[in-house]
Amino acid sequence: MRTTVPVIIAFLSGIVMIVSFFFNPDRTILGQIESEVLVWVTIVGGFTLLLGVVSITRVNFRSVRLQKEGWFFNLLTLISIFVMAIPSILPVSWSPLFGDREGSIYDWLFTNVDSIMMQTMFGLLAFYIASAAYRAFRARNAEATILLLTAVLVMLWRVPMGEAFLRLFSDDLPQWINSYVMNGANMSVQRGIIIGAALGAASMSLRILLGIERTYMGKG
Amino acid sequence: MTGIEILQIWIAAFFTLAIFSFLYRDNAVYKFAEHIFAGLSAGYYVGLIWKSVIIQQLWEPMTRADNPKWYLFIPGIIGALMFARLIPRISWVSRLALAFVMGNTAGVFIISQLHGLILPQMQDTMLPLLNGGFAGSLLAFITVIGVISTLVYFYFSKEHTGALGVTARVGVWFIMISFGAHFGYTVMGRVSLLIGRVYFLYNDWIGSLSHIF
Repeated sequence: MRTTVPVIIAFLSGIVMIVSFFFNPDRTILGQIESEVLVWVTIVGGFTLLLGVVSITRVNFRSVRLQKEGWFFNLLTLISIFVMAIPSILPVSWSPLFGDREGSIYDWLFTNVDSIMMQTMFGLLAFYIASAAYRAFRARNAEATILLLTAVLVMLWRVPMGEAFLRLFSDDLPQWINSYVMNGANMSVQRGIIIGAALGAASMSLRILLGIERTYMGKG
Repeated sequence: MTGIEILQIWIAAFFTLAIFSFLYRDNAVYKFAEHIFAGLSAGYYVGLIWKSVIIQQLWEPMTRADNPKWYLFIPGIIGALMFARLIPRISWVSRLALAFVMGNTAGVFIISQLHGLILPQMQDTMLPLLNGGFAGSLLAFITVIGVISTLVYFYFSKEHTGALGVTARVGVWFIMISFGAHFGYTVMGRVSLLIGRVYFLYNDWIGSLSHIF
């Protein structure tokens, strides 16, 4: 019951999507079902993300309640969640500070705090990428050299001053990088990875539909 | 520049410097900013899902006067079943909702991966090799060799020895070129963001001092 019913549900909901692909969405009911079921999945998926937020709240709340080490920071996380989330779900008719429009608490916090920290976090990675490049250079093998040479060429090629520098060697060098490195070698590897990953994803999907893959159910 | 604008700049500058303080070492100021960032990001998704999913896709279509989609209460209930995971005694009920999402996604994936990715990518690879002069032919050869050797490198069902080993070795070189190109792009993106933050500190934050004093 606890595993058989979910497997049947997974099989049926998957088969509907596969079969409906072969029917015209404008003329057949089965074709129309596809777009309707996709909306259903979006709704259920939305609840899944909300569950994630509830889970974060529970974990932090427990740490605060038991006053574990660093509980003050957990309290900060909790306050941040509520300060951001609650005004966003309250109706705008109550106050212009509610909702998610420009001028709301939600919008102000996102623009002036959340996105600022997001940009800074990614900016911070520039320093760690530099140290990673240094370590790769110290590896002193053919693969690391190829990786770094390509990275340097691409970085030079993408900025006007670097492109001018490349033209000192040959006027065709920037065009050569574009054609053979980016659209040649790089694209072929991307294509190989895409084909491999897509085959893997398709076979994994088949395993889920047939009930062979059940790890998503967890234990119990 | 108004007082509110100056306050916004100082708040943004504080959080920027707090995050950058991690370059020295993990410290209380960084942790302060990090936990606020985690909380705000989680809260951001609540607002996003509330409006774009719960209100726009569920509540409004269900309650509108013209042709209401009352049957949407079914995915609403299925979604609510997810929360059964929080109660250990009935946590298995959440599997029903999870199975619906997983099965559906799997069904969509089989078609989209085969029809939308594998076949078009293979079609674009299988082009005439001797076409478009020397430059065109060279590009076609690089593409075919790159795709095949990359696929061979990720083929683990047979030991990489002999011809398979040589091809896999060529694949590694191609992969390094691609990773190098991506590495270059990533470095440029991150440095661009860093320049943006440093420019903000120099131009807006330091600049705001002239309005205060």
